Amino acid sequence: MSALPNETKGTPGAAAAPMISVRGLTKAIGPQEILRGVDLDVAKGETLVIIGRSGGGKSVLLKHLVGLMQPDAGEIWIEGENIIGLSERKLAAIRRKVGILFQGGALFDSMTVEENIAFPLREAGERDPRVIRQKVDEMLEVIELEGQHDKMPVNLSGGMKKRVGLARSIIRRPSCVLYDEPTAGLDPVVSDSINHLIRRLQKRFHVTSIVVTHDMKSAFHIADHIDYLHEGRIYFHGTSAELQRSPDPLLQDFLLGRSEASAPPEERTNPEAVVASARA
Amino acid sequence: MSRLFIAIGAAVIRMITYLGELVVLAGETFASIVLQKIRWRLFMNQIVEIGLRSQLVVVITGAFTGAVFAAQTFFQFNKLGMGSAVGAVVSVSIMRELGPVLTALMVTGRVGASMSAEIGTMKVTEQIDALRALAVHPTDYLVVPRVLAMMISMPLLVAECIGVGIAAGYFVSVGLLEVNGPYYVANMVRWTGMRDIIMGLSKAACFALLIVFISCHKGLTSREGAVGVGQATTEAVVNASLAVLIFNFFLTMMLNIIFPAGYQ
Repeated sequence: MSALPNETKGTPGAAAAPMISVRGLTKAIGPQEILRGVDLDVAKGETLVIIGRSGGGKSVLLKHLVGLMQPDAGEIWIEGENIIGLSERKLAAIRRKVGILFQGGALFDSMTVEENIAFPLREAGERDPRVIRQKVDEMLEVIELEGQHDKMPVNLSGGMKKRVGLARSIIRRPSCVLYDEPTAGLDPVVSDSINHLIRRLQKRFHVTSIVVTHDMKSAFHIADHIDYLHEGRIYFHGTSAELQRSPDPLLQDFLLGRSEASAPPEERTNPEAVVASARA
Repeated sequence: MSRLFIAIGAAVIRMITYLGELVVLAGETFASIVLQKIRWRLFMNQIVEIGLRSQLVVVITGAFTGAVFAAQTFFQFNKLGMGSAVGAVVSVSIMRELGPVLTALMVTGRVGASMSAEIGTMKVTEQIDALRALAVHPTDYLVVPRVLAMMISMPLLVAECIGVGIAAGYFVSVGLLEVNGPYYVANMVRWTGMRDIIMGLSKAACFALLIVFISCHKGLTSREGAVGVGQATTEAVVNASLAVLIFNFFLTMMLNIIFPAGYQ
């Protein structure tokens, strides 16, 4: 095990070393450079939301954090261990600490809800059906899907799949959970319930969370800090309030969901007009 | 001209890379069998999928191959007054060649395609990433149970195919074409030996490995989308079938040195 890198930025308000630290992460897929030197820190217990345009590399960044993709260069430190270059078997120890919720839930389609949620327990060697059932029931209560044990993934809605995927990723109590677009494709009510669920999990289990989204309502609801990923780099790091106050036209265009075609010319050149528009 | 050489070179590199990936997968699998826990429940599921659910296909293949082979041999041999030799020809041929090869081709079509499609679908729906994220190695979970089940099922399926083929050959020759039964059996027993059974079952084990590694590899490396899974499935069936036919020739030549054919 290696020591933490000397040059850590440190997260505002975090007394200890960051739980996750990324330095100079670069990744190209084919001719396209997706990540061009990402640096970020996430403190223990913090919820960091990464926002950015679609196709901007947010999900790619998230997959790097759990070793599902290997970068071209850079370092990823998780609880003091650099995971770059670790073999698939050595990464297993890191992955027990870091759960991930995939965009579509990624449930095993040949298993019931109960079997999906119990999967990590069985793989960890738990054989007592009563213990497994009790923990599955507890998780189903947390995700508010009591009594849905025997449903197959094909019979679940998008929101239910994400909840079950979340229950599966947290049943072994990881110290960090990564969420890939947790509210994408869901109606506003279900999105809101997912946001509350993420908050509830953070309070109940004190997990560190990294949420990738472009749903700004969701971001403001759950974030302690927000990072804006732009052209393969972290363009902005700050709190929700700092982001909303920022006069940067790029950030404001994103917050207001405004493309170049729809932005009035005076707002594009005058940051104060943007802020006024955002407040309105 | 230089473009031709570049194209040939690229194809050779692709081929070597592909073979290398297969060898790495096989190495990882055998290491996992020795060092990691084996998931017996998944193994039993695969035994049912590969062994039990292939029964009908294998029985029909063996029966009609034995029947038609006996009939064709009889039509030729009977002109020379050698009708009772049909039993020996049918049993040796089915044990050494037809049984293992035809069973392998049928299993490739039924099981290899299904393995490749199932694993490929898991890949494109992020289920394999989910496995990895849950600290489960895909080789341990997906490949090892299939390899073990194939290694056990294939020799049994080939033995079944051989048995049914010989029985069907007997039925056609003695029952329909009126070959003398005791002579038929006597010739068959005289010319068939343990060497033929060993050769057939050895081929079955080799074909099992070819089919399972080619199919699993194609599934694991499937490209995105329905087209990617379809392509992986087709390539798995084509590659495994060709590999069975090509390896069969070399296995025949090699095993014939150890277990020479004919009356000893």
